[in-house]
Amino acid sequence: MIDFLQQLGKNTRTSFTKLGRGSFFLLQTISGILSVLPRPRLLLNQMYSIGVLSFLIITISGLFVGMVLGLQGYYVLSDFGAEETLGVMVAASLVRELGPVVSALLFAGRAGSALTAEIGLMKATEQLSGMEMMAVDPIKRIISPRFLAGFLSMPLLAALFSAIGVIGGQMVGSGLLGVDEGAYWSQMQANMDFRDDILNGVIKSIVFGFVSSWIALFEGYDAIPTSEGVSRATTRTVVNSAFSILGLDFILTVFMFGDN
Amino acid sequence: MDNSVTSQNSLVSVQSLSFSRGNKKIFDDISLEFERGKITAIMGPSGTGKTTLLKLIGGQLFPEQGSVTVDGNNVHRLRRSDLYNLRKRMGMLFQSGALLTDMSVFDNVAFPLREHTHLPESMIRTLVLMKLQAVGLRGARKLMPNELSGGMARRIALARAIALDPMMIMYDEPFTGQDPISKGALVHLIKSLNVTLGLTSIIVSHDVQETAAIADYIYVISEGKVVGQGTPKEIEQSESDWVQQFMTGAADGPVHFHYPAKDYVDDLLSTGNRY
Repeated sequence: MIDFLQQLGKNTRTSFTKLGRGSFFLLQTISGILSVLPRPRLLLNQMYSIGVLSFLIITISGLFVGMVLGLQGYYVLSDFGAEETLGVMVAASLVRELGPVVSALLFAGRAGSALTAEIGLMKATEQLSGMEMMAVDPIKRIISPRFLAGFLSMPLLAALFSAIGVIGGQMVGSGLLGVDEGAYWSQMQANMDFRDDILNGVIKSIVFGFVSSWIALFEGYDAIPTSEGVSRATTRTVVNSAFSILGLDFILTVFMFGDN
Repeated sequence: MDNSVTSQNSLVSVQSLSFSRGNKKIFDDISLEFERGKITAIMGPSGTGKTTLLKLIGGQLFPEQGSVTVDGNNVHRLRRSDLYNLRKRMGMLFQSGALLTDMSVFDNVAFPLREHTHLPESMIRTLVLMKLQAVGLRGARKLMPNELSGGMARRIALARAIALDPMMIMYDEPFTGQDPISKGALVHLIKSLNVTLGLTSIIVSHDVQETAAIADYIYVISEGKVVGQGTPKEIEQSESDWVQQFMTGAADGPVHFHYPAKDYVDDLLSTGNRY
């Protein structure tokens, strides 16, 4: 029992110290963004490797999620004779929930893990230390551009995911199952609200981008500089990002849609 | 011995420095002087915190006690921006080279110039080629770090360390894991750069012969203390058992061959725990 309590106390303390280090790291990273702005090249390179290289996985996943939504939605809606509203159902699910959440999970798996491994290895091979000794602040030079790139890429990727998903739903819905194409689009147009649906979805993806970039970069920066340490850090990035994304999604949804 | 008197001529002076990692005392009230224009070596077995010492001098770690003065500045009292300005004048060669793996050799050497100066690209090109010429690797400028051998990586890192024309360079185990030819090249380079660029060099190493061949002064440290110091000749003739064991590489001596353990026979006969 004493052992258990001792362990609990130790774990709690470790978590809180880590949270403290992480917050401090976040502050430094955000203040480092100012020095990224005059050097857009640094940002563009990172936007490419974080954002552009995630295009394929986001596009393909978006397409399949949209197609499945089209199928499943059709079977449910056709029971009520409401298959004309398939477009609304697909679009609302994607823009409000699946777009931000699934693309954030994919982002954590694709770009987040890569960021952690990259930073962790840079630490293990003394590149970060070497930079410090060359009087270059690794936070400003390495971390901040990546953070900003992740933060900016996430909403764009989520929007891409939703857009492709809507097309996928339409392909299945009207191509395969015979929903009227005009109805699919016009119902969607009539029933989707900019503020309630789209803006809330964008806010979600901004929050997820912020959190998963932060987790990925911090885990890399805080990794134990050995191969085992980096591998653990990479795992933690994916697990912690997934938990944070899903948990925050619930909280944000309660605030956004809870009162109607 | 009075260590508090700082020689007028020292560029770096370490005074009564103590540093621990966890419960292990790495340095215990250690004092060292590094003279301007000289090559000073710090020798000792692996795990005696030689790299830690360089990190303390570079201000990457903080001592528990004592001070480190570099060119009249107390490193650990400086404001961050002043420390960074001081570091621009301190080169450091890491054991692994610490080259940035996503850049070519050329860009690696250009890195400090691009970060700290506003020189036009044509000027940077000239400077980079000059530095690469000095280490004999001008022809390797297009290679990526993963295409370099260990010795080449270290020479590139050396070119990068001298890119900003520092006043001093710290070498962390420059000879470890090098073949005889690379070792020879590095020995020659360290010596010649020290003379031609008027550098002050600090070498941390456990390669006795190479280091003794170029060092002007040697400190031998063990378990956080200086156990011997002097010119290479004096060290060679030292009467300290410890220094003798280190210089000749005897397997047993003041530094035991066996890691501390309980009695061998008892250990073999005891049953119970796996360990």
